[in-house]
Amino acid sequence: MRRPPRSHPLWLAYILHRLSGLGLALFLPVHFWVLSLALTQPQQLDELLVFTQMPMVKLAEFGLVFLLAVHLFGGLRLLALEFLPWSGRQKSLAAGAVGMAFLISGTFLIQAV
Amino acid sequence: MGADQEHLEVTVWRGTAVGGRTETFEVPAHDSQTVLDVVSWIQQYADPTLSYRFACRVGMCGSCAMMVNGEPRWTCRTHVQKVARAGKVRIEPLRNLPVIKDLVADMDPFFEKWIEAEGVHHPTRTRADAIERIDPESAARVEANTGIECINCAVCYAACDTVAGNSDYLGPAALNRAWTLFNDAKDAGKQAVLDAVSGSGGCHNCHSMGSCTHYCPNELNPMAAIAGLKRETAKSFFRRRRDA
Repeated sequence: MRRPPRSHPLWLAYILHRLSGLGLALFLPVHFWVLSLALTQPQQLDELLVFTQMPMVKLAEFGLVFLLAVHLFGGLRLLALEFLPWSGRQKSLAAGAVGMAFLISGTFLIQAV
Repeated sequence: MGADQEHLEVTVWRGTAVGGRTETFEVPAHDSQTVLDVVSWIQQYADPTLSYRFACRVGMCGSCAMMVNGEPRWTCRTHVQKVARAGKVRIEPLRNLPVIKDLVADMDPFFEKWIEAEGVHHPTRTRADAIERIDPESAARVEANTGIECINCAVCYAACDTVAGNSDYLGPAALNRAWTLFNDAKDAGKQAVLDAVSGSGGCHNCHSMGSCTHYCPNELNPMAAIAGLKRETAKSFFRRRRDA
């Protein structure tokens, strides 16, 4: 019960960074396993590549690109926060990281469909 | 305000370190009433056994902080009208600290961490020496000034999720104090401060969630202070490796 509400922007940026990192950590082993099929079972890889042409999978890939981009830009913000002279515009920088992530993942989605 | 506009429904946490429950009181509502006024009314007119802590009533002493509707606040400077939800207020002891009784949190761990973070004076001169002249415009002094108005209320400490997850973490207030001393020309313990804040419970635990800065009633920025300590401890680490 004795927990403060966590609605302020930098806390949300923090949780977004954690969850995107967790999502990528779960995705990467599967990603590398699928890539390894090119060497071990090429025909199974081809079947999976056909599967990735489905619209729902494209949408899921949009989500993955968003996670990657938001983790990348969020991580750059944290590196700047910890190693560059202090900037008071942390909320704007966090919002910018989310904006850039949408720009990149949105561009990916438009290219993919 | 509440259904009848004239009363507040105030739920207060009652208990000791071994456990507790909540108790609800109906308190007359007034204009410009603070949360501390509400707690005092309960203690004076409803239940004299209610324990709470306050001293100055004007936001100077830092002793009256409590959780109000789940958020850490200085109760003497928090107007009920700003925080009541449909005439209801929930008041609990500060988060992340042991409870002594009712709304009184045990501040010992909080102040012990100030000492652990070397938040103590390390003199540069003796009383026989002339007083050191300080340039108020120097960059270090300006940086130190941004953090010295801390009133030790522990609102930041209660707001911090890193403290909640790691009881060894020194917390925002102690690290903010360490940063002001690091930038203070009259403090001779700069390396001692850096060593104290770079240990396992030190500044590098901070996840930069910014709840300390968000909730600080004096509008200080402990998150910036901790980022400063992270920079300086990293510099100190590489300097030592180079000189070794």
